Amino acid sequence: MGHRSWLAAIPPYAWLLVFFLFPFVLVAKLSVSHTVLAIPPYAPTLDLSRGAAGVRDFIGGLSGDTYRRLGQDHLYLAAYLSSLKVAAISTALLLLVGYPMAYGMARASPRSRTLLLMAVILPFWTSFLIRVYAWIAILKPEGLLNLVLSWLHFGPVEILNTPTAVYIGVVYSYLPFMVLPLYAALEKLDPTLLEAAADLGATPWRAFWRVTFPLSRPGVAAGSLLCFIPIVGEFVIPDLLGGPQSLMIGRTIWTEFFANRDWPSASAVAIVLLATLTLPILAYQHQQARALEGRR
Amino acid sequence: MARRLNIGAVRSSFAPWADPAAVPLARFEGVTKRFGDAVAVAGVSLDIYEREFFALLGPSGCGKTTLMRLLAGFETPDAGRVLLGGQDLAGVPPHRRPVNMMFQSYALFPHLNVFDNVAFGLRQDAMPKAEIRARVEEMLEMVQMASLARRRPDQLSGGQRQRVALARAIARRPRMLLLDEPMAALDKKLREETQFELKELQARLGLTFLIVTHDQEEAMTVADRIAVMRDGAIEQVATPAEIYEAPASRYVADFLGDVNLFEARVDRVEPGAAQVRLASAECPAGFTALDDDAPAPATQVWLAVRPEKMTIALEPPPPGTPNVLEGQVWDIGYTGDWTTYLVDLAEDRTIRVARANASRLVDRPIGREDKVWVSFAPDAGVVLTR
Ligand SMILES: Nc1ncnc2c1ncn2[C@@H]1O[C@H](COP(=O)(O)OP(=O)(O)O)[C@@H](O)[C@H]1O
Ligand SMILES: [Mg+2]
Repeated sequence: MGHRSWLAAIPPYAWLLVFFLFPFVLVAKLSVSHTVLAIPPYAPTLDLSRGAAGVRDFIGGLSGDTYRRLGQDHLYLAAYLSSLKVAAISTALLLLVGYPMAYGMARASPRSRTLLLMAVILPFWTSFLIRVYAWIAILKPEGLLNLVLSWLHFGPVEILNTPTAVYIGVVYSYLPFMVLPLYAALEKLDPTLLEAAADLGATPWRAFWRVTFPLSRPGVAAGSLLCFIPIVGEFVIPDLLGGPQSLMIGRTIWTEFFANRDWPSASAVAIVLLATLTLPILAYQHQQARALEGRR
Repeated sequence: MARRLNIGAVRSSFAPWADPAAVPLARFEGVTKRFGDAVAVAGVSLDIYEREFFALLGPSGCGKTTLMRLLAGFETPDAGRVLLGGQDLAGVPPHRRPVNMMFQSYALFPHLNVFDNVAFGLRQDAMPKAEIRARVEEMLEMVQMASLARRRPDQLSGGQRQRVALARAIARRPRMLLLDEPMAALDKKLREETQFELKELQARLGLTFLIVTHDQEEAMTVADRIAVMRDGAIEQVATPAEIYEAPASRYVADFLGDVNLFEARVDRVEPGAAQVRLASAECPAGFTALDDDAPAPATQVWLAVRPEKMTIALEPPPPGTPNVLEGQVWDIGYTGDWTTYLVDLAEDRTIRVARANASRLVDRPIGREDKVWVSFAPDAGVVLTR
C-alpha cells in the first residue's frame, strides 16, 4: 500500500473510532458497572489522578452482575423474543406489501417510474415523529378510520394501543427501506428473460417464480435485513402506537435508563441486543459485498 | 417486371412454394403492426413451408424482428392474421405457441447453469425427470456443450452462449424455430462455421427455421428462400439465386451484392427473340437485354448489371458487339480472389467491373488511368421498372 492511500484511509477510521468504537466502549464499560445513588448514577469511575492504584480499583470494581441478573429475570428474555417476533412478522409483512409495489414501479413507464419513486421517498421529508403521531389521529377510537367506518355503517374498531397498531406503524415507516432495494433489483431485470421464459412454455405465474423472484433475491435479502435489524430495537413506534403493555427491547432499555435510572442494566440490555443482531448484520454485509462484486 | 429464363435449373428438388397444393406451416395475411405513429410492419403477406429454412433479410429497423415477434406472440397485429398450421394464432399467448425463439441477446437465465437453461422449457411440460435429463444431454451433445453443463452463462464465451441458446430453443422440438440475428455477436470466422452447422442441423432435425438477419451473405448461405424487407414491407420473396440473379427492384439488386444501374428507356421490344432494346444516355448505341416480359416502349427502366458479369479489355471489342462502354480505370481493388476495377465512364459516373483472378500473374495488364472497353452479354443485365 502506498503512502498516499494509507493517508486516505485515516478519515474513515477516525470517523469509526470517534462515532462507533468510542461510544461502544463507553456502553460496554457501563454494562459491567453497578448502580449507585449519585451523579453519575454508576460506579466505579476511573480516577486517573490516583495513578496505578486508581486503575486497579477501577478494574476491581467491574463485575458481570448485571448480565447475571439479565439471565435470571425472564422478563428480559420475553422482551427479546417479543422484539424478534415483531421484527420477523413486520419484515414478512413489508415483503408482502413492498414486493408488489417495487414490481409495479419497475414495470412502469420511465415517466411514471420517477413519479412513483418520488411518492415513496417524499414522506421522508417530513418528521418521522409527526408521521407516527398522524397514525394516532387515524387509529384512535374517535379517529379518522372509525369515522370512515361509521359512514359505511361498520362498528368502531379498536386498533390504537394494540399490536396491530405497532405493525401498521412499522410497515408504514420502514416501507421505503424494503421497496428501494427490491426496486433496484427488479429494475435491473432484463425483460427479454421473461419473454424467453414465456417462449419456453412458462405461464406468467411460473415465469415469476422461476425467473423474476430468483433474480430479485439480492433485493429481498438486502431489504429484509435493512428492515429487520432496526425494527428489533425500535422504540418510538411501539411506545406511541402500542400502548403501555407493548413489550419490546427498545422500550426496556428506555425504561431502565430513564425510569429506573439503572444505567448498567440498560447498557447490558443494549450490548446483548447488539450481540443478537451480529448474525443478521454480518449476513447483510456479506450480501452487500457480494452484490458489489456482482456489479463489477 | 423482369424475369430471367434459366433460373429453374438452379433450384434443388425441394420447392414446396412452387407447388400450388402445398399447405404452408406459417402464414402471414396482410399483417400490419404499428408502434405509435411508426409502422413497423406494413401489410405483410408471407407463406413459410414445413422444413423450409426461411430468411428475413433487410437493413436494421426494417421490421424483421417485429415480424418474428408477431409469430412468437410477443406482439399482436393491428391488422391481418398470423396462422400456424392453419390455425389463427390471435389470442394464443406466447407460452402456448408451438414455436421457440432464439433471442438476439440469447436471453440465457443468468441464475441457472447450462443444463438447467436447456431443461427450462422441458420442465414446463409434465415430462418425466429421466426423460428431461436424456433430452438435455442429447441437446448439449449436439451443440458440443456437454462438458460445460454445470457452468453458468457468465462463465461462457460468446460462441458457447450461442450454442446453449440454440440447444435451449430446440429442446422442446418446436414446430418452428425462430432465430433473431443468431450470429450477429460472433466473429467472422466463427460465424461462417456456424452458418454451415445451422444448415446441417436444420436438415438433420427436419425442422422449419425462420432466421432474421441483416447480413446478405448469411441469408444466401443458409436459406432456401429469402424475403427482402424494406420499411416494414416485403420487397421480394425468392430463392437466393433468384434474388441475386433476378432482383425485383433496384433496392433488392443493390442490397444483395454490388450492382451497376443504368438509367434507360425502352426503345423496342422484340417478342420473338425475347429481347429488348434500351435507349440510354450512358451508351449511345443503346443496350440490348434478354427479357421475356419487357415493359412497353417509352417506359422508364433501369438496367442492372453485376460487376462480375462484365468484361474489361484494353482493346475495343469487334464491331457489332452489344453493350459496350468506354471508360478509364480510376482505381483497382485487389482482394486475392477477385480484382475490382472502378471505371470512370464520364464525369461523376463510375461503374464497377470485377474479374476473377484465374491466373497467377502478379503484373496485371490493366493499370490505373488505362483506357478500357467494358462490355457485357445481353443476358447479363436485368431490366428493372422500380
Ligand atoms: N417496442 C417497440 N416500441 C416502439 N417502436 C418499436 C418497438 N419495437 C420496434 N420498434 C420500431 O419498429 C421498427 C422495426 O423494428 P425491428 O422490427 O426491431 O427492426 P429490425 O429487427 O429489422 O432491425 C423500428 O423503427 C423500431 O424502432
Ligand atoms: Mg432486429
